[in-house]
Amino acid sequence: MILVWLIVILMVGGVLAWISGKVNRTLPRWVALGSVLAVFVLTLYIWMNPLAIVIGSNQSMGHTWYMRFDQPWIPQWGISFSLAVDGLSVLMLLLTFFIGLLAVLISWREIQTKVAFFHFNLLWVLAGITGVFLTMDLFLFYFFWEVMLIPMYFLIGIWGHENRRYAAYKFFIFTQASGLLMLLAILGLYFIHGNQTGVYTFSYFELLNTTLAPEAARLLMFGFLAAFLVKLPVVPFHSWLPDAHSEAPTAGSVILAGLLLKTGAYGLLRFVLPLFPMATVEFAPWAMLLGVIGIIYGAILAFSQTDLKRLVAYTSVSHMGFVILGVFSFNEWALQGVVMQMITHGLSTGALFIIAGFLYERLHTRDIRQMGGFWSTAPKMGVIALIFVMASLGLPGLGNFIAEFLTLVGSWQANNWLTAFATIGLVMATIYSLRIMQKIFFEANRMEQPLPDLNAREMLIAIPMVVMILWLGLYPQPILDTARPSIQEQLQAYTEPLIEQAPIARMDRIEMEAIPEKTFGTKKPKEAKPSSYLQIFKSSN
Amino acid sequence: MGELLWLIPALPFAGALLLVLFGNRISRALVSTIGVGSVGISAAVTLVLGIEYLSSRPAFIRQEVWQWFDVAGFSPSIAFHLDALSMVFIFVITFVGFLIHIYSTEYMAEDKDYSRFFACMNLFVGSMLMLVMADNLLLLYLGWEGVGLCSYLLIGFWYKEPANVYAARKAFIITRVGDTAMAIGLFMLFQHFGTLHIQSISTEAAQVWSIGNETALIIALLLLGGAVGKSGQLPLQTWLPDAMAGPTPVSALIHAATMVTAGVYLIARMHVIFALSPVAMMAVAVIGAVTLLIAGFAALTQYDIKRVLAYSTISQVGYMFLALGVGAWSSGVFHFMIHGFFKALLFLCAGAIILALHHEQDMRKMGGLSKKLPVVFYTFLIGAASLAAFPLVSAGFYSKDQILWLQLAGENGNIWLYLAGLLGAFITSIYTFRMVFLTFYGEEKTHVGHKPTMAITVPLIILAVLSFAGGFIELPHNFGHVVLFSDFLAPILPAVSVVPDFDRFEWMLQLLAAVISLGGIFIAYLFYYKKPELIESIHRSEFAMAIHHFWHSGWGFDQLYDALFVRPYVYLSKVNKNDFIDSFYTFLANVTQGLHQLFSQTQTGIMRNYVAGIVVGAIMILTISLLL
Repeated sequence: MILVWLIVILMVGGVLAWISGKVNRTLPRWVALGSVLAVFVLTLYIWMNPLAIVIGSNQSMGHTWYMRFDQPWIPQWGISFSLAVDGLSVLMLLLTFFIGLLAVLISWREIQTKVAFFHFNLLWVLAGITGVFLTMDLFLFYFFWEVMLIPMYFLIGIWGHENRRYAAYKFFIFTQASGLLMLLAILGLYFIHGNQTGVYTFSYFELLNTTLAPEAARLLMFGFLAAFLVKLPVVPFHSWLPDAHSEAPTAGSVILAGLLLKTGAYGLLRFVLPLFPMATVEFAPWAMLLGVIGIIYGAILAFSQTDLKRLVAYTSVSHMGFVILGVFSFNEWALQGVVMQMITHGLSTGALFIIAGFLYERLHTRDIRQMGGFWSTAPKMGVIALIFVMASLGLPGLGNFIAEFLTLVGSWQANNWLTAFATIGLVMATIYSLRIMQKIFFEANRMEQPLPDLNAREMLIAIPMVVMILWLGLYPQPILDTARPSIQEQLQAYTEPLIEQAPIARMDRIEMEAIPEKTFGTKKPKEAKPSSYLQIFKSSN
Repeated sequence: MGELLWLIPALPFAGALLLVLFGNRISRALVSTIGVGSVGISAAVTLVLGIEYLSSRPAFIRQEVWQWFDVAGFSPSIAFHLDALSMVFIFVITFVGFLIHIYSTEYMAEDKDYSRFFACMNLFVGSMLMLVMADNLLLLYLGWEGVGLCSYLLIGFWYKEPANVYAARKAFIITRVGDTAMAIGLFMLFQHFGTLHIQSISTEAAQVWSIGNETALIIALLLLGGAVGKSGQLPLQTWLPDAMAGPTPVSALIHAATMVTAGVYLIARMHVIFALSPVAMMAVAVIGAVTLLIAGFAALTQYDIKRVLAYSTISQVGYMFLALGVGAWSSGVFHFMIHGFFKALLFLCAGAIILALHHEQDMRKMGGLSKKLPVVFYTFLIGAASLAAFPLVSAGFYSKDQILWLQLAGENGNIWLYLAGLLGAFITSIYTFRMVFLTFYGEEKTHVGHKPTMAITVPLIILAVLSFAGGFIELPHNFGHVVLFSDFLAPILPAVSVVPDFDRFEWMLQLLAAVISLGGIFIAYLFYYKKPELIESIHRSEFAMAIHHFWHSGWGFDQLYDALFVRPYVYLSKVNKNDFIDSFYTFLANVTQGLHQLFSQTQTGIMRNYVAGIVVGAIMILTISLLL
C-alpha cells in the first residue's frame, strides 16, 4: 500500500498546492516541499526495510522484490493497477525524490509567476516519474509515461526562457511520437501473448513469458527502443534535448536531465533487456555504436556552445552514450556502471544546471562569453562548480568515475574497439569541462559588478549534492548492493545459458518454440565470477 | 607497525579539507600551521615507519582501510601497500614536499589566495602519496588523476591571466590523453587477470605470459602512454614547459620533484609486465633517449630561467626512462630521488631569485647575483653541479653515471643509447652553467628587492646537502662500491644483468663522463662569461638563428599539434555548433508547414472550384481505371 501512497501523496499534494495558491503565495512551496519530503522518507523506509518477496514464476531469484501492490483495474482487458519495487526501482525513486526536493528548493526564488500551478506541475511530473519506476503493468506504464510528459510540457512552456514555446512543442512531439510507437509495441506484445496463451494481460511478469518469433521480437523491440532511445537520448534522436534543457526553468532542466532521461535508461533495463533477449543481442553492436557516436558527438558539440545550459545539455547527450554502451554489453559490471551513471549523472548534471540557475538569477544571462573571473568574488560557488565539473569529466573519487569506469570495464569485455573510442570520450569530456571552469570562474571578470557568492539557501542545496557525489565516489557499495539482484535478474537471459552451458534456456527458447515455459525460476541465482563472464564473451564472439 | 600507514596520505587530505572549509575565516598563521603541519606530520610518520621498516625488513606492509566497491568479482580496496619502492617515493614526496611547503610560507606571503594555495598543495601531496601507496591500479589511478587535478589548479593558480589558465588546461588535457591510454590498459589487465591488484598481477603475469607475449606488449605500451603523459616525455611533453605558469614552489614540487616522475614509478611498479615485452622496453629506452636530447637542446635556447629548468626536467626524466628501458630499474629510481633533491633545489633557488627581482624571470635581465644573494648562489651552484654531473663531489654524477654505464654494460643496452645519453650529459652541463653564468655573474641588471629569510634559506641548505651527499649511498664497483640503495630495492626491483667481463672498461667510461661534464662547463664558461662575443657571432648567422628559434619553440611540437589536433577539433566543433542533425528535423517541420499552406490554399470556399475539382478528379480516376 505504501507504493500507492507514493503516487497519491504526490498527486494530491499537487492539487493541494494548486488550491493553496489561493490562500497564500508561499504556501504551495511548503506543500510541495512537504509532499516530496514525505515520499522521500517513505522511500528511504522501503530501502532500509526490504521485505524480500517473490513475484511471478521466478521463484528462485527470491529476494528480488521489496514490495508490491496489485489491484485489478480493467479486468476484462487484463489491465491491473500493479506496482512493485525492487532494488533498481528503489534507487530510481530515491534519486527522483532527492532531485525533487532540490527542484522545489531551487524554485523558491526563481519562480514568481503562477506559483501554485507551477508546483502542481512539478509534483505531477514527479508522480508520473514515480509511476514509471513503479509500474509492473505495461498499460499503466504507458499511462504514466504520458503523465510525466504533459506537466513537463507546461513547465517548459510557461516558466521557461525566451524560446520556451518552440522548445516545449519540440519536446512534446519527439517524446509523444516515440511513445506512440511504444504503445504499438505494447499492444503487439499483448496480442501475441494473448493468442498464445489465451490470457490477455498487460502484466509485466506474465508478458515476460511470451514466446516471440525473431521478426516479431525485432519489431516489438524497435517499438520500445523508439521511446527509450529518444528519451535517453541517443544521437540522432537527441535534438529535442538541447532546446528543452536550455529553455526550461532551472527546476525543469534539473528534472529533465536528472530524471526524465533516466526513465529511458530504466526502460531499457526493465523492459527491453528481459523481453527481447535474442533481438537485443543482435542489435547490440549497433546500439553500442550509437552509444559511442553519442559520446563523441555530444562532447564535440558541447565544446563550442556558448549558452551554459545548452553546453551542459550536450554533455548529457555525451554521458548518456555511456548508458546505452553499457546496457548493450550484457554483463554485470557494465549494468552496475549504468545504474551508477543514472544516479551520478542525475546529481552532477543536475548540479551544473543548478549552478547555471544561480548564475542566471544573478546575471540574467546564460552566455558564458559574458562571464569570467567569478572565483574571486564567489569562491564557494567556484569550489562547488569545480567539484561537479570534475565529476562530469570523470575524476576518480567522485561518483561518475565509478559509473564510467565500470561501464567501460564491462563494455571492454563485449567490444574492444568501441570501448576504446568511448574512452576517448573521457579526453573530450576534459576539453569541454575545463572550458566551463575557464570561461566562468577563471580569467578576467567582464562584469561591472562583483558576483555575490552563494547564500545559505543555495548552500543548503549544494552541500547535500557534494556530499552525495563524494559518497558515491568513495563508497558506492550500498548502491551496488541494492541494484545487484535486479541487475542479475535482468541479465539472467544473457548469462545463464552460457554459464551453465545449459542446452535449453531462455535465450534459446525463442528458437525452440516447441518447448514453452522454461524460463525464469528454474535456475538458481549464480555468483557471478569474472572468469565465467569472460568465458561467455569468448564463446559468444 | 602498519597501523599508521593510512595517516601518511590522510593527513595532507585532512589539511586540504580544513583549508577548503575554513581557509577564508582563519588567520594566515593558522593556514600555514595546517598546511605545513599536515605535511610535516606526514613526513614524521614516514620517518617512524621507515625506521621500523628498515629494522624489520618485511617484504611489504599492507593496510586495507575499506573496500572501495565489489562488482562481480571486481573488488578494489582503498588499501595501501608499503614496500621499498613506495618507501623511496613516499620519502621524497613527504620530505621534499615539507621543505617546499615551508619555503612557500615566505614565497606566497603576499598572495591574497594564501589558503587556496596551501589547500591545493596539501591535496596534491595527499594524491601523490595515494598514487605511490596504492595496492591496486584503480586506487593508483585515483591518485594519478588527483595529482593531475592539483597540477591543473596550481598551474592556473593566478587565474586572472588567461595565458595561465590555458597552460593549466593544456596540461590537464594532454596528460588526460595519456591517462586514457592507461585506462584502456587497465581494462585489458582486468580482462586477463580479473583484478587490478598490483601484486597479484605481477605474480600471475610472470606465470601466464612468456617473454614477447603480444598482450603483454599492448598492455605495456598502453601503460607507457600514461607514463609519457604524466612524465612529460615524447610525444606528450609539450605541456610541461607551459606548466611553469604556476607559482615557483609548485614547479619545484609538482613539475620537477614528484608528479612528473609518476610515470617512472608506474613503469618501475609494473616492471614485470614491461620485462615481458622487450619491444616495450626498447620503446621506453628510445623515448627516454630522444626526449632527453630534444629537451636538452631546447633548454640551451631558453631565456626564461624556469623554462630552462622545465626542459631540463623533461630531459632528466628522459634519463630515468633510459634507465628503465634497459631494465636498470633501481638506477632509474635512484636518479629519480637525486633529481628530486637537486631539481627542487634549483627551482626553489630560481624562485628566490624571481622573488628578489620583482618577478623577473628572463635571464637576460639577471646577472651579478652571486654577491647579492650568497646563500642562493652557493646552493644553486651545488644543485647545478649535481645536474651537470660534476665529477666525484655531486650526487648527480653517481646517479647519471650508473645509468650511462648500464647502457653499455647492461644486457639490453646498446651503444646508440649510450651515445645519446653521453651527448645529453654534455648538453646538460652546457645549459646548466649557462644558467649559472647568466644569472650570477656579469653585471647586475635588475635591482634586488626581497632578500630571502630563514623560511627560504633553510630548505635550500637542506636540499643542497642532500644534492651533494645523496650520491654516496650508491657508488660504483670500482670506486667505493656502496650499494645501499640498490640493495634496499633489490627485493622489489631485480638487478640488471650485466655483460660479463665488462668491468674493466668502467673507469674509462667514468673518465669520459667526467670529461664530458667538465667540457660542457668549460664551454658555458667560454661563451657566457669569458667571451660573450662568441655568442653574438652565432646570433649573426641566419642558419644558427633558425635552429635557435626551432629549439626555442620546443622543436615545433606545439605548432604541429595545433595544426593536427587542436584546430581541426575546434573547427569541427564550431562549424557544427548548431547541430546539423537538428536541421533534418527542422526540414521535416518546414515540409509539413509547406504542405499545410499548400492544401489550405485549396480551401477557397468558392463552390465552383470544388465542383471543378470533383469533376477533374472523377475523370482522372475513371481514365486510370479504364487504362489499367
